[in-house]
Amino acid sequence: MSHTQTFYDVIRRRGITRRSFMQFCSMTAASMGLAPAMSGRIAHAMETKPRIPVIWFHGNECTCCSESFIRSAHPLVGDVVLSMINLEYDDLIMAAAGHQAEAVAEKVMEEHKGEYVLAVEGDAPLNEDGMYCFVAGKPFAENLRRAAKDAAMVIAWGQCASFGCVQTAKPNPTRGTPVHKVVLDKPVIKVPGCPPIAEVMTGVLSYILTFDRLPELDRQGRPKMFYGQRIHDKCYRRGHFDAGQFVERWDDDGARKGYCLYKMGCKGPTTYNACSTVMWNQGVSFPIGSGHGCLGCSEDGFWDKGSFYDRVTDIHQFGIEDNAETVGAGVAIGVGAAVAVHAAMSVVRRTLDKADEKAERSGQGQG
Amino acid sequence: MSTYDDELRIDPVTGQPAIRTGDEGRINRISVFVFEWPIRLWHWLMVVFLIVLGVTGYFIGSPLPTTTGETGEHYVMGYIRFVHFVTGYFLAISFLFRIYWAIVGNHHAREAFTLPLHKGWWWAGAAHMAAWYFFAVKEPKKWVGHNPLAQISMFIFMLYLLFMIFTGFALYSEGAGAGSWQDQMFGWVIPLFGQSQDVHTWHHLGMWALIVFATLHIYTAVREDIMSRQSMISTMISGERMFKDDRPE
Repeated sequence: MSHTQTFYDVIRRRGITRRSFMQFCSMTAASMGLAPAMSGRIAHAMETKPRIPVIWFHGNECTCCSESFIRSAHPLVGDVVLSMINLEYDDLIMAAAGHQAEAVAEKVMEEHKGEYVLAVEGDAPLNEDGMYCFVAGKPFAENLRRAAKDAAMVIAWGQCASFGCVQTAKPNPTRGTPVHKVVLDKPVIKVPGCPPIAEVMTGVLSYILTFDRLPELDRQGRPKMFYGQRIHDKCYRRGHFDAGQFVERWDDDGARKGYCLYKMGCKGPTTYNACSTVMWNQGVSFPIGSGHGCLGCSEDGFWDKGSFYDRVTDIHQFGIEDNAETVGAGVAIGVGAAVAVHAAMSVVRRTLDKADEKAERSGQGQG
Repeated sequence: MSTYDDELRIDPVTGQPAIRTGDEGRINRISVFVFEWPIRLWHWLMVVFLIVLGVTGYFIGSPLPTTTGETGEHYVMGYIRFVHFVTGYFLAISFLFRIYWAIVGNHHAREAFTLPLHKGWWWAGAAHMAAWYFFAVKEPKKWVGHNPLAQISMFIFMLYLLFMIFTGFALYSEGAGAGSWQDQMFGWVIPLFGQSQDVHTWHHLGMWALIVFATLHIYTAVREDIMSRQSMISTMISGERMFKDDRPE
């Protein structure tokens, strides 16, 4: 039976050595912050447990999450990582199409009721009854609710599924809605980022396979092991921040010396992700390593926080678009001016009153 | 010589300072003890803490020009943030102390925490004070403690302190790390506002709110000291409220 195949069976058949397999298990344990002995437990799970059946949905998105996922580096090549899961349905990359493809999805939902993982890329537009995103002749939101009903858990891949991303930026014309606001009856793990780091995605899947449960999540539903710290906390330029050494312009000496990008609007201090430790493209680099500030792509609503190049970002709360500095200074100057006018009026009033009193007193004296 | 003696002379009959010609405006001033020493100390500590927090906070948002030389020889941002955090702790602790004193202190110590919204005289007093500030009445009323408008502004200030303490500790918890007591107590504030950047923005707006508050607070204190019927600034030093006339109301 092909359904009882383990991850280990699959990769051995593909010619991956046991040595490489054990390396993968150690790397995964390390990246999840587990004790060294846990790599044995991961290996055991990979050898004995049936692969997790996965239905992978694509809603309103750009597929950068899939692109990232198939580039997972440690240490196995993309197609082997895909073997870790039993990817039954993925309308983007599966060979079948049309009714055949949809039949596969139906079959998985029946055969693995309550067992399969629903992985979602993209959000669901709800305006106009979901007309903005149709898959298999139905609004995507409807497909999403249907598939989530019998799933064991739902993984929201990337910024779109987690928070909405660019298509939900103001004014959000399609009313794009992230997965956790559409699927209300199942646990949703958010793996935000645009895209998320490949090793983070495989790490989350490895954890689920090994321990048969959700990884520990933070208040916003993100796995703590990858989203527990800010980019800033582990940034290799942090020393320059503490020393007060900043890039002030893109072509200045500080930029050449690799100083901190705080003043250039780097969102590292407010962004929770593993970029500064895991890095990208097989550990080659990450935005700050390449001399550009972090955009904060794994944070809620990062498109609506004004320029990527401002430290003090714009606010929209008062129906205006200005930063805290201009709003604050404007109000302070306004109040200061009002106080000055009031003070002047008080002086005038007091002088006039004094004059009146004096006149009154001298009038009484004469009378 | 004799002039100076006259100034200090006590009338043997009345036991009051002697009144010389030209001193007809002189009256006997009643003074009431209002602010106990912890309240006064707290007030002036707030002045120091808030100035330090405002200045260091501004330089955290807009850092000083880049330092030159070896990275290891500087720790400018580190020191500025350290001073901000330590003063933030001082502020939070003194706020807790202030709440404690509102419970154990005299009834004036509670004025900044409780508004007597159900009292008619209080609303009438607020309206009269507002009219005084709009130059609609000639004279304000006398108030032993805070006048109703001052009481409202102090109440708002306490809420403001609470807001700054909560957002401040939420931001601090990001560095202290998930699972720290700061995170467990204040970490929920961050998703409440959206994300970390939003909390930064609101906390930063708090600095400007402080500047607005300080402007109004100092202006009204000086103005009332000159134009009202009671002492203001010295009351926050000695605790004594002195009345400039002995007419009722």
